[in-house]
Amino acid sequence: MTNEPAVRFRGAAAAVGGRTVWAGVDFTVDAGQFVAVLGPNGAGKSTLLKAILGLLPVSSGTITVFDRKPGQDRSRIGYLPQRHAFGSSVRIRGTDIVRLGLDGERWGTPLPGWLRGSKGREATARVRETIRLVGAEGYANRPIGQCSGGEQQRLLIAQALVRRPELLVLDEPLDSLDVTNQRSVSALIQSVCRSKGVTVLMVAHDVNPILPYLDQVVYLGHGSAITGTPEQVITPEALTALYNTPVDVLRDRAGRLVVIGQPDAPPEHPHGPQVHA
Amino acid sequence: MTGIAALGTGGWILSEPFMQNAFMAGTAVALLAGLVGHFVVLRGQVFAGDALSHVAYTGALAALAAGLDLRLGLFTATIGIGFALGLFGGRGASDDVVIGTTFAWILGLGVFFLSIYTTRSSTSDSTANVKVLFGSILGISSAAAQSEAWTAAGLILVLLAIARPLLFASLDAAGAAARGIPVRFLGPFFLALLGATAATASQLVGALLVFGLLAAPPAAARKLTDRPWTGFWLSGALAVAAVWAGLALAYWVPTLPSSFTITSAASLEYATAATASWILARNARIPASPDLSNPEATQGAGETAGSRHQ
Ligand SMILES: Nc1ncnc2c1ncn2[C@@H]1O[C@H](COP(=O)(O)OP(=O)(O)O)[C@@H](O)[C@H]1O
Ligand SMILES: [Mg+2]
Repeated sequence: MTNEPAVRFRGAAAAVGGRTVWAGVDFTVDAGQFVAVLGPNGAGKSTLLKAILGLLPVSSGTITVFDRKPGQDRSRIGYLPQRHAFGSSVRIRGTDIVRLGLDGERWGTPLPGWLRGSKGREATARVRETIRLVGAEGYANRPIGQCSGGEQQRLLIAQALVRRPELLVLDEPLDSLDVTNQRSVSALIQSVCRSKGVTVLMVAHDVNPILPYLDQVVYLGHGSAITGTPEQVITPEALTALYNTPVDVLRDRAGRLVVIGQPDAPPEHPHGPQVHA
Repeated sequence: MTGIAALGTGGWILSEPFMQNAFMAGTAVALLAGLVGHFVVLRGQVFAGDALSHVAYTGALAALAAGLDLRLGLFTATIGIGFALGLFGGRGASDDVVIGTTFAWILGLGVFFLSIYTTRSSTSDSTANVKVLFGSILGISSAAAQSEAWTAAGLILVLLAIARPLLFASLDAAGAAARGIPVRFLGPFFLALLGATAATASQLVGALLVFGLLAAPPAAARKLTDRPWTGFWLSGALAVAAVWAGLALAYWVPTLPSSFTITSAASLEYATAATASWILARNARIPASPDLSNPEATQGAGETAGSRHQ
């Protein structure tokens, strides 16, 4: 693992449809860290990931990914987009979905397996190994539309991991999972981060399932962001300063954090107090 | 029809030049339609495909009304409108209304061009409308058959060049975009390719019936396999089989029009595949079913399970 930072934002700003979503965002993600991107709906979390992937140019400031411009070195990044689940009519096996992560962007049509030779066997072995890594052997040969939400999410994580990326960018991977699956998928991501040394940047709507694993938090809100350890950022003082309006952070008996009073984005149209974490 | 004579003499079907032409053009076009159709079904663009075959009708008649080569109108209209549909329409349910309304009007426009064409020139081919609507695979010249086959071969190569990124973009547009696939271009490009396919195929089986070849074989293939590339090639093979079966039947029973026999064969494939997959699924759910003591049924089920896990 090199010592260059995985991701660095310097005074970065992004605009979508002519409106600035966030500006003056500064943070550095070191290689091997597990970082959460938090914030209310519409705060620009997905936009931040798209900027890292080079799908959206910054309107000012700079972003570097492994010391290069975003989008220049796609093979080092694995991405899991924010999504709706595959419908039950999608009759493509999980294995094939994972396989797309390996070479899905290559022009042409794949040759049948018996014509592909040793390269084909290598690719098949890599896909199988990644499926084992995420614990999806039991359902990888089923049509993905017939897999549960948690199973689909594991297969999609395998798709993002199959090229052995150094940076894993995940957009709400815990979304629409039940509590048990939230826990096990979080633990899977954490173990990939620690055992393979993969840097993880993950958008979450609820910080609690991943709170014990986090090295750093990027909290988006009010058109800006604050960064630091969870203890520094998820506090009444820090969030009140970010939103410029009183925000409370409560801790329940199980140690779960609840953020109260943070306004939804965009800040021009507040929807009243909201409960988030 | 010449087929009657052949029936009497028991002649080999391919000894007739018109049958050679039909098989040459039909095979190439069927393979194209089956392969493109796989992605049409996968992307849920069956309705758009149907709409583009209506555009083929209008394009052809517009060219005839203007006194131009029919193919010029056919390809310009289907490719142009296919691309525009991809650019300006999304893939959601609300677009069904837009597509439906626009294309009903386009079909009406075709009828308008037909009336111009028939009133303007008394020398005009009075069967043109029927040909455009229902095709004329048994009546094409050798030169036309060759040009059909070459066009289809070219379009197949274009599809093979984009197939893998197209699969990625069809299943996961955001993920594909992050990997550098030009998703925003690929959607319209594929609909233009679909338009060109509809234009090519409509010359053989007619604008109204293109759709049988574009939808039934891939739908049947999907019932039989959940491997995307097996399904892709199987869909092409089933389309070719439908055309061969349809041509043979039309040859031996000359009262049956070829467009009818071809679309019937394709629909029969779908019905058979749907039934087979239903039976296999039922047997899989009841492993202790007495059906499985039948060695043939056991073997069939075993083969499918094996091919799935291979
Ligand atoms: N395609 C789009 N066109 C216009 N505005 C958009 C588009 N996508 C997102 N936005 C706006 O950009 C802002 C940030 O969106 P997003 O990054 O998706 O938020 P989050 O992921 O935090 O919920 C929102 O205010 C949203 O309304
Ligand atoms: Mg989002």
